[in-house]
Amino acid sequence: MVEFALPKNSRPTKGKTWPKPASAKNVREFRIYRWNPDDGQNPRIDTYHVDMDDCGPMVLDAIIWIKNKVDPTLTFRRSCREGICGSCAMNIDGANTLACTKDMATIKGAVAIYPLPHMPVVKDLVPDLTRFYAQHASIEPWLKTVSPQPEKEWRQSHEDRVKLDGLYECILCACCSTSCPSYWWNGDRYLGPAVLLQAYRWLIDSRDEATGERLDNLEDPFRLYRCHTIMNCAKTCPKGLNPAKAIAEIKNMMVARQI
Amino acid sequence: MAEPNPSPLAAEARRPLSPHLQVYRLTLTMMMSGIHRITGMGLYLGTLLLAWWLIAAATDAASFETVSWVMSSIIGRLILLGFTWALFTHMLGGVRHFIWDAGIGMEHPEREYLAHMTIWGGLALTLIVWVIAYAVR
Repeated sequence: MVEFALPKNSRPTKGKTWPKPASAKNVREFRIYRWNPDDGQNPRIDTYHVDMDDCGPMVLDAIIWIKNKVDPTLTFRRSCREGICGSCAMNIDGANTLACTKDMATIKGAVAIYPLPHMPVVKDLVPDLTRFYAQHASIEPWLKTVSPQPEKEWRQSHEDRVKLDGLYECILCACCSTSCPSYWWNGDRYLGPAVLLQAYRWLIDSRDEATGERLDNLEDPFRLYRCHTIMNCAKTCPKGLNPAKAIAEIKNMMVARQI
Repeated sequence: MAEPNPSPLAAEARRPLSPHLQVYRLTLTMMMSGIHRITGMGLYLGTLLLAWWLIAAATDAASFETVSWVMSSIIGRLILLGFTWALFTHMLGGVRHFIWDAGIGMEHPEREYLAHMTIWGGLALTLIVWVIAYAVR
């Protein structure tokens, strides 16, 4: 449902300003969303100052610096630090991206960091992705076949393999889905760009033999057709993929099979 | 010290919703999607206006005079100007969506070009219609 304002318990309040690093010359300001499930308070925006001469170039470097040197309670997910695990997806400087591949030099002024938008918050920058993963499972993201199992691997021509480029690279970081206003308002019924791109990845795979069933599963006013080509997904994807285009291709497959 | 959590389920129920519109930087295509909806709603009102004008024309001269007087007032003209703009912007928005539905022009920067085409095309067509309207008056 469309609700522009945040619920009362979710409105951030002004938080704490943490002390500046002593004797640092090159200091950068960070405003970071905090919420602690144990203190019964509303979320708050804390202000930190990072010594840029003592810190790497990426946003993830800065929040790790804060966690190590200023405030060990700052909570966020991270793992690979090279844009392949998708753990550190967050809203940085007004758009969703991976903290580990976001160069701070591309941001003007103070760096504002929030959790992925319109998601239940577990703590600080950690959103609850349970529903997102359940939606991914609902499209049955694995090869489905009826033909007898070949002796070796399922073969695929070079041309057919190329069709998976721009799809297989998706790391399911949820940046696109949580940038989509349609997913904000109808995320309980609309599958969202990431899951639909994954659905298309299996629909277009020449080895998969469940195309009809897969399309049946998506033929629904909400699951697929809540995409209104707002295009935030394509603009924000940290891997440079285009979920909006994948969704358009699914819609075209729906039409094509009617003819 | 805070009370210990009674159960993990209670913590789940208290979870806040993370900020969305409040923090997301407006993108061009996102703004155009909003404008498409707003102009679409505006067209309902414009159509009512048109219906009022047609009904008055079918009724009698006095009713038609009244409508003409309202429409030619400054406020009336501003409303008609807005209606013209909404009509063309929404029409070009429809063309943009039609192109995107074919899976064309969805990459950067083509998608931004199409959004600009909607904005400037809508304004240009509005201007042309009003220039012609004043010229033939």
